[in-house]
Amino acid sequence: MRRYLRLLVAQLRLSLLVAAAYRTDFVVDAVIEVLWTSTVLVPLLVVFGSRAEVAGWSFGEALVVVGFFTLLQALLEGVMNPSFVAVVEHVRRGTFDFVLLLPADALFLVSTGRFHVWRSANVLTALGILIVAFHRLGGPPSASAVALASVLFAASAVMLHAVWTMAMCSVFYAVRTDNLTDVLSAALDASRWPSTVFRGATRFALTFVVPLGLMTTVPARALLGHLDTETCAIALAEAALFALAARAMWRRALGRYASASS
Amino acid sequence: MSLARELAVVRAFLRVGTVGALTYRAEALVWLLSTTMPLIMMAFFGAVAADGAIGRYGEREIVGYFLATFIVRSLTASWISWQINLDIRAGSIASRLLLPAHPLLGYATESVGAMPVRVLGSVVVAAIMLALLGRGAVTGDPVLLGLACVSVTLAWLLSLAVSATIGALAFFVGSSAKVMDAWLAGLFVFSGYLVPLDLFPAAARPWLDWLPFRYQIGLPVELLVGALDRPRAASLMARQLAFVLAAGLTTLVVWRRGLARFSAHGG
Repeated sequence: MRRYLRLLVAQLRLSLLVAAAYRTDFVVDAVIEVLWTSTVLVPLLVVFGSRAEVAGWSFGEALVVVGFFTLLQALLEGVMNPSFVAVVEHVRRGTFDFVLLLPADALFLVSTGRFHVWRSANVLTALGILIVAFHRLGGPPSASAVALASVLFAASAVMLHAVWTMAMCSVFYAVRTDNLTDVLSAALDASRWPSTVFRGATRFALTFVVPLGLMTTVPARALLGHLDTETCAIALAEAALFALAARAMWRRALGRYASASS
Repeated sequence: MSLARELAVVRAFLRVGTVGALTYRAEALVWLLSTTMPLIMMAFFGAVAADGAIGRYGEREIVGYFLATFIVRSLTASWISWQINLDIRAGSIASRLLLPAHPLLGYATESVGAMPVRVLGSVVVAAIMLALLGRGAVTGDPVLLGLACVSVTLAWLLSLAVSATIGALAFFVGSSAKVMDAWLAGLFVFSGYLVPLDLFPAAARPWLDWLPFRYQIGLPVELLVGALDRPRAASLMARQLAFVLAAGLTTLVVWRRGLARFSAHGG
Protein backbone atom coordinates (compact mmCIF):
# COMPACT_ATOMS: atom_id res chain seq x y z
CA MET A 1 0.00 0.00 0.00
CA ARG A 2 2.81 2.36 1.02
CA ARG A 3 4.71 1.49 -2.17
CA TYR A 4 1.68 2.45 -4.28
CA LEU A 5 1.30 5.71 -2.39
CA ARG A 6 4.97 6.53 -3.08
CA LEU A 7 4.42 5.60 -6.73
CA LEU A 8 1.37 7.87 -6.93
CA VAL A 9 3.35 10.78 -5.45
CA ALA A 10 6.16 10.17 -7.97
CA GLN A 11 3.74 10.11 -10.94
CA LEU A 12 2.02 13.26 -9.68
CA ARG A 13 5.37 15.04 -9.21
CA LEU A 14 6.35 14.18 -12.78
CA SER A 15 3.11 15.70 -14.11
CA LEU A 16 3.64 18.79 -11.93
CA LEU A 17 7.13 19.25 -13.37
CA VAL A 18 5.76 19.02 -16.92
CA ALA A 19 3.04 21.56 -16.04
CA ALA A 20 5.61 23.90 -14.44
CA ALA A 21 7.64 23.86 -17.65
CA TYR A 22 4.70 25.43 -19.51
CA ARG A 23 3.48 27.98 -16.97
CA THR A 24 1.58 30.20 -19.43
CA ASP A 25 -0.28 27.16 -20.75
CA PHE A 26 -1.10 26.23 -17.16
CA VAL A 27 -2.74 29.62 -16.51
CA VAL A 28 -4.59 29.69 -19.88
CA ASP A 29 -5.89 26.16 -19.34
CA ALA A 30 -7.04 26.98 -15.82
CA VAL A 31 -8.96 30.03 -17.12
CA ILE A 32 -10.61 27.90 -19.86
CA GLU A 33 -11.66 25.40 -17.19
CA VAL A 34 -13.43 28.14 -15.28
CA LEU A 35 -15.12 29.26 -18.53
CA TRP A 36 -16.46 25.74 -19.01
CA THR A 37 -18.00 25.83 -15.54
CA SER A 38 -20.29 28.56 -16.88
CA THR A 39 -21.92 25.93 -19.12
CA VAL A 40 -23.34 24.37 -15.95
CA LEU A 41 -24.13 27.57 -14.11
CA VAL A 42 -25.84 29.59 -16.87
CA PRO A 43 -28.79 27.16 -17.38
CA LEU A 44 -29.30 27.06 -13.60
CA LEU A 45 -29.23 30.86 -13.32
CA VAL A 46 -31.68 31.22 -16.23
CA VAL A 47 -34.16 28.69 -14.83
CA PHE A 48 -33.96 29.69 -11.18
CA GLY A 49 -34.38 33.31 -12.28
CA SER A 50 -38.07 32.47 -12.77
CA ARG A 51 -38.55 29.37 -10.56
CA ALA A 52 -37.98 28.70 -6.87
CA GLU A 53 -37.75 24.92 -7.30
CA VAL A 54 -37.01 22.35 -10.03
CA ALA A 55 -37.94 18.68 -9.44
CA GLY A 56 -38.01 19.39 -5.70
CA TRP A 57 -34.58 21.09 -5.56
CA SER A 58 -33.98 24.73 -4.65
CA PHE A 59 -31.21 26.78 -6.30
CA GLY A 60 -28.86 26.31 -3.34
CA GLU A 61 -29.45 22.55 -3.25
CA ALA A 62 -28.95 22.22 -7.02
CA LEU A 63 -25.67 24.14 -6.63
CA VAL A 64 -24.44 21.45 -4.20
CA VAL A 65 -25.01 18.85 -6.95
CA VAL A 66 -23.12 21.09 -9.41
CA GLY A 67 -20.26 21.35 -6.88
CA PHE A 68 -19.89 17.56 -6.73
CA PHE A 69 -20.26 17.34 -10.53
CA THR A 70 -17.38 19.82 -10.96
CA LEU A 71 -15.23 17.74 -8.57
CA LEU A 72 -15.96 14.51 -10.47
CA GLN A 73 -15.29 16.27 -13.76
CA ALA A 74 -11.89 17.40 -12.45
CA LEU A 75 -11.15 13.78 -11.58
CA LEU A 76 -12.29 12.41 -14.96
CA GLU A 77 -10.64 15.01 -17.14
CA GLY A 78 -7.61 15.69 -14.96
CA VAL A 79 -6.63 12.11 -14.13
CA MET A 80 -8.62 9.47 -15.96
CA ASN A 81 -8.96 10.78 -19.52
CA PRO A 82 -5.28 11.81 -19.93
CA SER A 83 -4.27 8.34 -18.71
CA PHE A 84 -6.73 6.80 -21.20
CA VAL A 85 -5.00 8.60 -24.08
CA ALA A 86 -1.63 7.37 -22.75
CA VAL A 87 -2.89 3.75 -22.76
CA VAL A 88 -4.17 4.07 -26.35
CA GLU A 89 -0.73 5.36 -27.39
CA HIS A 90 1.03 2.53 -25.54
CA VAL A 91 -1.12 -0.16 -27.17
CA ARG A 92 -0.78 1.33 -30.65
CA ARG A 93 2.99 1.67 -30.42
CA GLY A 94 3.46 -1.65 -28.68
CA THR A 95 5.13 0.04 -25.69
CA PHE A 96 2.44 -1.35 -23.39
CA ASP A 97 4.90 -4.24 -22.89
CA PHE A 98 7.01 -1.97 -20.70
CA VAL A 99 4.02 -1.18 -18.47
CA LEU A 100 3.26 -4.88 -18.05
CA LEU A 101 6.88 -5.63 -17.19
CA LEU A 102 7.01 -3.11 -14.32
CA PRO A 103 6.79 -4.61 -10.82
CA ALA A 104 3.44 -2.97 -9.98
CA ASP A 105 -0.23 -3.49 -10.78
CA ALA A 106 -0.80 -2.57 -14.46
CA LEU A 107 -4.24 -1.05 -13.82
CA PHE A 108 -2.81 1.20 -11.11
CA LEU A 109 0.05 2.28 -13.39
CA VAL A 110 -2.21 3.13 -16.32
CA SER A 111 -4.75 4.86 -14.08
CA THR A 112 -2.09 7.22 -12.72
CA GLY A 113 0.03 7.49 -15.84
CA ARG A 114 -0.67 11.10 -16.74
CA PHE A 115 -2.25 14.02 -14.88
CA HIS A 116 -3.48 17.30 -16.32
CA VAL A 117 -2.62 19.41 -13.33
CA TRP A 118 -4.49 22.55 -14.48
CA ARG A 119 -7.76 20.67 -13.99
CA SER A 120 -7.09 21.16 -10.27
CA ALA A 121 -8.50 24.67 -10.90
CA ASN A 122 -11.84 22.86 -11.09
CA VAL A 123 -11.39 21.63 -7.52
CA LEU A 124 -11.13 25.25 -6.35
CA THR A 125 -14.14 26.19 -8.50
CA ALA A 126 -16.11 23.30 -6.96
CA LEU A 127 -15.22 24.40 -3.44
CA GLY A 128 -16.28 27.95 -4.35
CA ILE A 129 -19.62 26.66 -5.66
CA LEU A 130 -20.20 24.62 -2.47
CA ILE A 131 -19.41 27.63 -0.28
CA VAL A 132 -21.87 29.84 -2.24
CA ALA A 133 -24.47 27.06 -2.08
CA PHE A 134 -24.34 26.72 1.70
CA HIS A 135 -24.23 30.49 2.11
CA ARG A 136 -27.57 30.61 0.24
CA LEU A 137 -28.91 27.69 2.26
CA GLY A 138 -28.27 29.62 5.46
CA GLY A 139 -25.31 27.85 7.10
CA PRO A 140 -22.56 25.24 6.80
CA PRO A 141 -23.30 21.48 6.82
CA SER A 142 -22.75 19.46 10.01
CA ALA A 143 -19.46 17.58 10.54
CA SER A 144 -21.20 14.20 10.30
CA ALA A 145 -22.82 15.24 6.99
CA VAL A 146 -19.40 16.24 5.64
CA ALA A 147 -17.92 12.89 6.72
CA LEU A 148 -20.75 10.85 5.14
CA ALA A 149 -20.65 12.95 1.96
CA SER A 150 -16.86 12.40 1.72
CA VAL A 151 -17.28 8.61 1.98
CA LEU A 152 -20.03 8.63 -0.65
CA PHE A 153 -18.03 10.89 -2.94
CA ALA A 154 -15.13 8.42 -2.67
CA ALA A 155 -17.61 5.66 -3.63
CA SER A 156 -18.67 7.77 -6.65
CA ALA A 157 -15.01 8.17 -7.65
CA VAL A 158 -14.56 4.38 -7.43
CA MET A 159 -17.67 3.88 -9.58
CA LEU A 160 -16.47 6.40 -12.17
CA HIS A 161 -13.06 4.71 -12.27
CA ALA A 162 -14.80 1.37 -12.83
CA VAL A 163 -16.82 2.73 -15.76
CA TRP A 164 -13.60 4.30 -17.11
CA THR A 165 -11.75 0.97 -16.81
CA MET A 166 -14.54 -0.86 -18.68
CA ALA A 167 -14.33 1.72 -21.49
CA MET A 168 -10.54 1.41 -21.55
CA CYS A 169 -10.81 -2.35 -22.15
CA SER A 170 -12.07 -1.49 -25.67
CA VAL A 171 -8.50 -0.39 -26.52
CA PHE A 172 -7.57 -4.05 -26.80
CA TYR A 173 -10.41 -4.79 -29.23
CA ALA A 174 -10.68 -1.72 -31.53
CA VAL A 175 -8.09 0.60 -33.08
CA ARG A 176 -9.45 4.12 -32.84
CA THR A 177 -10.97 4.54 -29.41
CA ASP A 178 -9.32 7.82 -28.35
CA ASN A 179 -12.61 9.67 -28.59
CA LEU A 180 -14.25 7.29 -26.12
CA THR A 181 -12.96 9.87 -23.61
CA ASP A 182 -15.50 12.25 -25.18
CA VAL A 183 -18.25 9.68 -24.60
CA LEU A 184 -17.17 9.30 -20.97
CA SER A 185 -17.23 13.07 -20.47
CA ALA A 186 -20.59 13.28 -22.26
CA ALA A 187 -21.99 10.47 -20.10
CA LEU A 188 -20.79 12.19 -16.93
CA ASP A 189 -22.69 15.28 -18.06
CA ALA A 190 -25.86 13.39 -17.09
CA SER A 191 -24.84 13.82 -13.47
CA ARG A 192 -24.73 17.62 -13.63
CA TRP A 193 -28.36 17.84 -12.52
CA PRO A 194 -30.12 16.24 -9.52
CA SER A 195 -31.18 12.71 -10.54
CA THR A 196 -34.86 13.56 -9.96
CA VAL A 197 -34.98 15.66 -13.15
CA PHE A 198 -34.77 12.41 -15.13
CA ARG A 199 -37.95 10.38 -15.49
CA GLY A 200 -39.09 6.92 -16.55
CA ALA A 201 -36.61 4.58 -18.22
CA THR A 202 -33.82 7.19 -18.24
CA ARG A 203 -34.05 7.53 -14.47
CA PHE A 204 -33.97 3.75 -14.01
CA ALA A 205 -30.94 3.43 -16.34
CA LEU A 206 -29.07 6.27 -14.63
CA THR A 207 -29.75 4.76 -11.20
CA PHE A 208 -29.23 1.04 -11.72
CA VAL A 209 -27.61 0.31 -15.12
CA VAL A 210 -24.93 3.03 -15.25
CA PRO A 211 -25.47 4.81 -11.95
CA LEU A 212 -24.34 8.23 -13.17
CA GLY A 213 -27.38 9.79 -11.55
CA LEU A 214 -26.22 8.63 -8.12
CA MET A 215 -22.64 9.83 -8.42
CA THR A 216 -23.38 13.46 -7.62
CA THR A 217 -26.90 13.40 -6.20
CA VAL A 218 -26.13 10.91 -3.40
CA PRO A 219 -23.12 12.79 -1.92
CA ALA A 220 -25.08 16.04 -2.35
CA ARG A 221 -28.06 14.67 -0.44
CA ALA A 222 -25.68 13.39 2.26
CA LEU A 223 -24.11 16.84 2.60
CA LEU A 224 -27.57 18.41 2.78
CA GLY A 225 -28.56 15.89 5.48
CA HIS A 226 -31.38 14.41 3.35
CA LEU A 227 -30.02 10.93 2.69
CA ASP A 228 -31.81 7.75 3.84
CA THR A 229 -29.88 4.64 4.89
CA GLU A 230 -31.27 2.52 2.05
CA THR A 231 -29.96 4.81 -0.73
CA CYS A 232 -26.64 5.07 1.09
CA ALA A 233 -26.31 1.26 1.19
CA ILE A 234 -27.32 0.92 -2.49
CA ALA A 235 -24.68 3.50 -3.54
CA LEU A 236 -21.90 1.75 -1.59
CA ALA A 237 -22.92 -1.72 -2.85
CA GLU A 238 -23.06 -0.49 -6.46
CA ALA A 239 -19.58 1.04 -6.17
CA ALA A 240 -18.16 -2.26 -4.87
CA LEU A 241 -19.96 -4.27 -7.55
CA PHE A 242 -18.77 -2.02 -10.36
CA ALA A 243 -15.17 -2.08 -9.07
CA LEU A 244 -15.16 -5.91 -9.03
CA ALA A 245 -16.76 -6.17 -12.49
CA ALA A 246 -14.28 -3.66 -13.94
CA ARG A 247 -11.30 -5.55 -12.50
CA ALA A 248 -12.58 -8.83 -14.01
CA MET A 249 -13.15 -7.18 -17.39
CA TRP A 250 -9.68 -5.62 -17.35
CA ARG A 251 -8.05 -9.02 -16.71
CA ARG A 252 -10.00 -10.55 -19.58
CA ALA A 253 -9.14 -7.68 -21.94
CA LEU A 254 -5.43 -7.92 -21.07
CA GLY A 255 -5.52 -11.45 -22.45
CA ARG A 256 -6.28 -9.94 -25.88
CA TYR A 257 -3.14 -7.81 -25.92
CA ALA A 258 -0.73 -9.01 -28.60
CA SER A 259 2.69 -7.83 -27.51
CA ALA A 260 4.70 -5.89 -30.11
CA SER A 261 7.79 -7.94 -29.35
CA SER A 262 6.27 -11.36 -29.88
CA MET B 1 -6.43 24.40 -63.87
CA SER B 2 -9.58 23.59 -65.85
CA LEU B 3 -12.98 23.34 -64.21
CA ALA B 4 -13.22 19.63 -65.05
CA ARG B 5 -9.90 19.01 -63.31
CA GLU B 6 -11.01 21.04 -60.28
CA LEU B 7 -14.17 18.96 -60.07
CA ALA B 8 -12.18 15.74 -60.32
CA VAL B 9 -10.01 16.88 -57.40
CA VAL B 10 -13.08 17.78 -55.31
CA ARG B 11 -14.61 14.37 -56.12
CA ALA B 12 -11.40 12.67 -55.00
CA PHE B 13 -11.40 14.61 -51.71
CA LEU B 14 -15.07 13.71 -51.15
CA ARG B 15 -14.27 10.05 -51.73
CA VAL B 16 -11.39 10.23 -49.25
CA GLY B 17 -13.72 11.76 -46.64
CA THR B 18 -16.50 9.22 -47.19
CA VAL B 19 -14.17 6.21 -47.25
CA GLY B 20 -12.41 7.52 -44.12
CA ALA B 21 -15.74 7.89 -42.31
CA LEU B 22 -16.86 4.42 -43.42
CA THR B 23 -13.53 2.81 -42.48
CA TYR B 24 -13.72 4.21 -38.98
CA ARG B 25 -17.48 3.66 -38.51
CA ALA B 26 -17.04 3.07 -34.79
CA GLU B 27 -15.41 6.51 -34.48
CA ALA B 28 -18.40 8.19 -36.17
CA LEU B 29 -20.78 6.27 -33.91
CA VAL B 30 -18.77 7.31 -30.86
CA TRP B 31 -19.01 10.94 -32.03
CA LEU B 32 -22.79 10.66 -32.28
CA LEU B 33 -22.94 9.01 -28.86
CA SER B 34 -20.96 11.84 -27.34
CA THR B 35 -23.55 14.40 -28.52
CA THR B 36 -25.63 13.82 -25.42
CA MET B 37 -25.86 17.39 -24.19
CA PRO B 38 -29.17 18.27 -25.94
CA LEU B 39 -30.76 15.17 -24.38
CA ILE B 40 -29.43 16.08 -20.92
CA MET B 41 -30.72 19.64 -21.32
CA MET B 42 -34.04 18.22 -22.55
CA ALA B 43 -34.37 16.25 -19.28
CA PHE B 44 -33.58 19.34 -17.21
CA PHE B 45 -35.89 21.72 -19.02
CA GLY B 46 -38.51 18.95 -19.26
CA ALA B 47 -38.54 18.81 -15.44
CA VAL B 48 -38.86 22.60 -15.35
CA ALA B 49 -41.73 22.61 -17.86
CA ALA B 50 -43.53 19.82 -15.98
CA ASP B 51 -44.36 22.42 -13.30
CA GLY B 52 -45.68 24.86 -15.93
CA ALA B 53 -44.45 26.29 -19.21
CA ILE B 54 -41.24 28.32 -19.13
CA GLY B 55 -41.46 31.16 -21.65
CA ARG B 56 -43.08 29.73 -24.78
CA TYR B 57 -41.91 26.21 -23.91
CA GLY B 58 -44.23 23.56 -22.50
CA GLU B 59 -43.00 19.96 -22.15
CA ARG B 60 -43.79 19.18 -25.79
CA GLU B 61 -41.99 22.28 -27.12
CA ILE B 62 -38.91 21.52 -25.00
CA VAL B 63 -38.65 18.00 -26.50
CA GLY B 64 -39.00 19.45 -30.03
CA TYR B 65 -36.45 22.21 -29.37
CA PHE B 66 -33.70 19.96 -28.03
CA LEU B 67 -34.20 17.20 -30.63
CA ALA B 68 -33.89 19.90 -33.31
CA THR B 69 -30.75 21.12 -31.52
CA PHE B 70 -29.32 17.60 -31.71
CA ILE B 71 -30.01 17.45 -35.46
CA VAL B 72 -28.52 20.89 -36.21
CA ARG B 73 -25.43 20.24 -34.06
CA SER B 74 -24.85 16.87 -35.79
CA LEU B 75 -25.09 18.44 -39.23
CA THR B 76 -23.07 21.59 -38.60
CA ALA B 77 -20.27 20.71 -36.17
CA SER B 78 -16.78 21.06 -37.60
CA TRP B 79 -13.63 19.54 -36.15
CA ILE B 80 -11.13 20.65 -38.79
CA SER B 81 -9.39 23.05 -36.39
CA TRP B 82 -7.89 20.06 -34.58
CA GLN B 83 -6.73 18.49 -37.86
CA ILE B 84 -5.23 21.78 -39.14
CA ASN B 85 -3.59 22.42 -35.76
CA LEU B 86 -2.08 18.92 -35.81
CA ASP B 87 -0.95 19.18 -39.46
CA ILE B 88 0.78 22.53 -38.84
CA ARG B 89 2.48 21.40 -35.64
CA ALA B 90 3.61 18.06 -37.10
CA GLY B 91 4.67 19.65 -40.41
CA SER B 92 2.40 17.32 -42.40
CA ILE B 93 0.67 20.39 -43.84
CA ALA B 94 3.64 20.47 -46.26
CA SER B 95 2.35 17.40 -48.08
CA ARG B 96 -1.14 18.95 -48.30
CA LEU B 97 0.40 22.03 -49.92
CA LEU B 98 1.75 19.79 -52.70
CA LEU B 99 -1.74 18.54 -53.62
CA PRO B 100 -3.38 20.06 -56.73
CA ALA B 101 -6.01 21.95 -54.72
CA HIS B 102 -6.13 24.52 -51.92
CA PRO B 103 -5.61 22.77 -48.55
CA LEU B 104 -8.71 24.49 -47.15
CA LEU B 105 -10.77 22.96 -49.97
CA GLY B 106 -9.32 19.59 -48.98
CA TYR B 107 -10.30 20.00 -45.33
CA ALA B 108 -13.79 21.24 -46.30
CA THR B 109 -14.55 18.45 -48.76
CA GLU B 110 -13.26 15.77 -46.38
CA SER B 111 -15.78 17.13 -43.85
CA VAL B 112 -18.54 16.86 -46.45
CA GLY B 113 -17.44 13.28 -47.15
CA ALA B 114 -18.05 12.41 -43.50
CA MET B 115 -21.55 13.89 -43.75
CA PRO B 116 -23.54 10.76 -44.82
CA VAL B 117 -22.88 9.11 -41.44
CA ARG B 118 -24.02 12.25 -39.61
CA VAL B 119 -27.08 12.67 -41.85
CA LEU B 120 -28.07 9.09 -41.06
CA GLY B 121 -27.91 9.78 -37.31
CA SER B 122 -29.89 13.00 -37.76
CA VAL B 123 -32.57 11.31 -39.86
CA VAL B 124 -33.08 8.74 -37.09
CA VAL B 125 -33.49 11.52 -34.49
CA ALA B 126 -35.81 13.46 -36.83
CA ALA B 127 -37.94 10.33 -37.22
CA ILE B 128 -38.11 9.95 -33.43
CA MET B 129 -39.04 13.64 -33.17
CA LEU B 130 -41.90 13.29 -35.65
CA ALA B 131 -43.09 10.03 -34.06
CA LEU B 132 -43.12 11.59 -30.59
CA LEU B 133 -44.58 14.95 -31.42
CA GLY B 134 -46.31 14.59 -34.79
CA ARG B 135 -46.08 17.09 -37.62
CA GLY B 136 -46.50 19.97 -35.21
CA ALA B 137 -42.90 19.39 -34.06
CA VAL B 138 -41.61 21.39 -37.02
CA THR B 139 -42.88 24.66 -38.42
CA GLY B 140 -45.88 24.43 -40.75
CA ASP B 141 -44.73 27.51 -42.70
CA PRO B 142 -43.03 26.29 -45.91
CA VAL B 143 -41.06 29.55 -46.19
CA LEU B 144 -39.59 29.12 -42.69
CA LEU B 145 -38.87 25.46 -43.44
CA GLY B 146 -37.00 26.46 -46.62
CA LEU B 147 -35.11 29.15 -44.70
CA ALA B 148 -34.22 26.56 -42.04
CA CYS B 149 -32.54 24.39 -44.71
CA VAL B 150 -30.57 27.40 -46.03
CA SER B 151 -29.71 28.42 -42.46
CA VAL B 152 -28.35 24.95 -41.61
CA THR B 153 -26.04 25.20 -44.63
CA LEU B 154 -24.91 28.71 -43.62
CA ALA B 155 -24.40 27.49 -40.03
CA TRP B 156 -22.18 24.68 -41.33
CA LEU B 157 -20.17 27.15 -43.45
CA LEU B 158 -19.78 29.47 -40.45
CA SER B 159 -18.62 26.61 -38.21
CA LEU B 160 -16.21 25.49 -40.92
CA ALA B 161 -14.76 28.99 -41.36
CA VAL B 162 -14.42 29.57 -37.60
CA SER B 163 -12.83 26.15 -37.16
CA ALA B 164 -10.40 26.73 -40.06
CA THR B 165 -9.43 30.21 -38.78
CA ILE B 166 -8.78 28.92 -35.27
CA GLY B 167 -6.88 25.92 -36.67
CA ALA B 168 -4.72 28.26 -38.80
CA LEU B 169 -3.79 30.26 -35.68
CA ALA B 170 -1.34 27.40 -35.06
CA PHE B 171 0.87 29.13 -37.66
CA PHE B 172 1.33 31.93 -35.11
CA VAL B 173 1.05 30.26 -31.68
CA GLY B 174 2.25 26.95 -30.26
CA SER B 175 -1.18 25.33 -30.29
CA SER B 176 -4.56 26.68 -31.30
CA ALA B 177 -6.50 23.87 -29.61
CA LYS B 178 -7.01 26.01 -26.50
CA VAL B 179 -8.54 28.84 -28.52
CA MET B 180 -11.03 26.32 -29.93
CA ASP B 181 -11.78 25.11 -26.42
CA ALA B 182 -12.57 28.66 -25.27
CA TRP B 183 -14.70 29.23 -28.41
CA LEU B 184 -16.65 26.04 -27.73
CA ALA B 185 -17.43 27.18 -24.18
CA GLY B 186 -18.87 30.42 -25.64
CA LEU B 187 -20.73 28.48 -28.32
CA PHE B 188 -22.37 26.16 -25.81
CA VAL B 189 -23.58 28.99 -23.59
CA PHE B 190 -24.61 31.66 -26.12
CA SER B 191 -25.80 29.67 -29.16
CA GLY B 192 -29.02 28.21 -27.80
CA TYR B 193 -27.38 24.79 -27.47
CA LEU B 194 -27.89 24.63 -23.70
CA VAL B 195 -30.64 27.19 -23.13
CA PRO B 196 -33.17 28.49 -25.69
CA LEU B 197 -32.04 32.07 -26.29
CA ASP B 198 -35.50 33.56 -25.70
CA LEU B 199 -35.24 32.36 -22.06
CA PHE B 200 -32.23 34.60 -21.38
CA PRO B 201 -32.99 37.77 -19.37
CA ALA B 202 -34.49 40.51 -21.58
CA ALA B 203 -31.47 42.77 -21.05
CA ALA B 204 -29.07 40.11 -22.42
CA ARG B 205 -31.10 39.12 -25.51
CA PRO B 206 -30.19 42.00 -27.87
CA TRP B 207 -26.47 41.28 -27.26
CA LEU B 208 -26.91 37.67 -28.33
CA ASP B 209 -27.89 38.82 -31.86
CA TRP B 210 -24.47 40.46 -32.24
CA LEU B 211 -22.44 37.42 -31.25
CA PRO B 212 -21.64 34.79 -33.91
CA PHE B 213 -22.66 31.82 -31.75
CA ARG B 214 -26.43 32.04 -32.38
CA TYR B 215 -25.84 31.64 -36.12
CA GLN B 216 -23.94 28.37 -35.65
CA ILE B 217 -26.79 26.49 -33.91
CA GLY B 218 -29.65 28.57 -32.48
CA LEU B 219 -31.03 30.26 -35.61
CA PRO B 220 -31.59 27.07 -37.67
CA VAL B 221 -33.18 25.42 -34.63
CA GLU B 222 -35.53 28.36 -34.04
CA LEU B 223 -36.52 28.35 -37.73
CA LEU B 224 -37.10 24.60 -37.68
CA VAL B 225 -39.40 24.65 -34.65
CA GLY B 226 -41.19 27.82 -35.77
CA ALA B 227 -40.02 30.04 -32.92
CA LEU B 228 -39.55 33.05 -35.24
CA ASP B 229 -41.90 35.04 -37.48
CA ARG B 230 -40.88 35.78 -41.07
CA PRO B 231 -39.57 39.39 -40.63
CA ARG B 232 -37.44 38.42 -37.60
CA ALA B 233 -36.21 35.31 -39.46
CA ALA B 234 -35.18 37.42 -42.48
CA SER B 235 -33.34 39.94 -40.31
CA LEU B 236 -31.43 37.24 -38.41
CA MET B 237 -30.57 35.37 -41.61
CA ALA B 238 -29.10 38.54 -43.10
CA ARG B 239 -26.84 38.75 -40.07
CA GLN B 240 -25.98 35.07 -40.40
CA LEU B 241 -24.92 35.63 -44.00
CA ALA B 242 -22.80 38.63 -42.94
CA PHE B 243 -21.08 36.50 -40.28
CA VAL B 244 -20.40 33.75 -42.84
CA LEU B 245 -18.81 36.24 -45.27
CA ALA B 246 -16.76 37.92 -42.53
CA ALA B 247 -15.60 34.57 -41.14
CA GLY B 248 -14.69 33.30 -44.64
CA LEU B 249 -12.66 36.43 -45.35
CA THR B 250 -10.90 36.17 -41.98
CA THR B 251 -10.03 32.53 -42.73
CA LEU B 252 -8.38 33.46 -46.02
CA VAL B 253 -6.40 36.37 -44.48
CA VAL B 254 -5.21 34.32 -41.47
CA TRP B 255 -4.34 31.36 -43.71
CA ARG B 256 -2.31 33.48 -46.17
CA ARG B 257 -0.41 35.36 -43.48
CA GLY B 258 0.16 32.17 -41.52
CA LEU B 259 1.41 30.26 -44.54
CA ALA B 260 3.99 32.99 -45.20
CA ARG B 261 5.46 32.22 -41.76
CA PHE B 262 5.48 28.45 -42.27
CA SER B 263 8.80 26.74 -42.92
CA ALA B 264 8.25 23.30 -44.42
CA HIS B 265 10.20 20.30 -43.23
CA GLY B 266 12.58 18.61 -45.63
CA GLY B 267 12.87 21.65 -47.89
